[in-house]
Amino acid sequence: MNITVKYFASLREQMGKAEELLTLSKATPIAEVWENVSGETSSDNILMAINMEYVKPDAIVEEGDEVAFFPPVTGG
Amino acid sequence: MMPIEIRTSSFDPWEEINLHQQKMGKDGQFGATASFVGTMRDINEGEPVQSMTLEHYPGMTEKHLQEICADASQKWDLIDTLVIHRVGEIEIADPIVLVCVWSAHRAEAFDACRFIMEDLKSKAPFWKQESTTEGKRWVEKNTPG
Repeated sequence: MNITVKYFASLREQMGKAEELLTLSKATPIAEVWENVSGETSSDNILMAINMEYVKPDAIVEEGDEVAFFPPVTGG
Repeated sequence: MMPIEIRTSSFDPWEEINLHQQKMGKDGQFGATASFVGTMRDINEGEPVQSMTLEHYPGMTEKHLQEICADASQKWDLIDTLVIHRVGEIEIADPIVLVCVWSAHRAEAFDACRFIMEDLKSKAPFWKQESTTEGKRWVEKNTPG
């Protein structure tokens, strides 16, 4: 199954890209997707979204989803 | 749909309030207008800041701002709301954000304006990167309200 992954702000710089297409063998918790792409074992202080809605680390990513990882927000 | 806008160039918040109020066509109904304007300062965390870049998540940011305003309209009896937020290169003294709320009485306008602003700061996907004499740095957390 194919998904799109987006990175923003300091995570975009850390990853060296704003977006990538990934192929997963099965529906996967979003925290596991983060561990796979970043090589990190923790997702503390990382915000996660699926299809533009905030989700918890155990949320499941499915075929065609747009996944996003970003640091705490600082607008306003 | 609640009126929210992401702007890539400088705006005059007072002119925007006037324009929106004319477009609303609700003269005589609102007795209270509360607004908040966030403006770029020249210092942060004790260091001079020269300029700033604001990044957002196109699509999610707009969706989230719509949801915040819809939430506020559920909680309080409001006549209208307006949110405008800058992205891109921002200079010192540029307005960054405008939140404006119209209601019949002041309590609703004050409370909803504060609610929208605080929710925006803690949840809307925007990120600030400041330019200082030492180089660029991402702002890592919000200042307390």
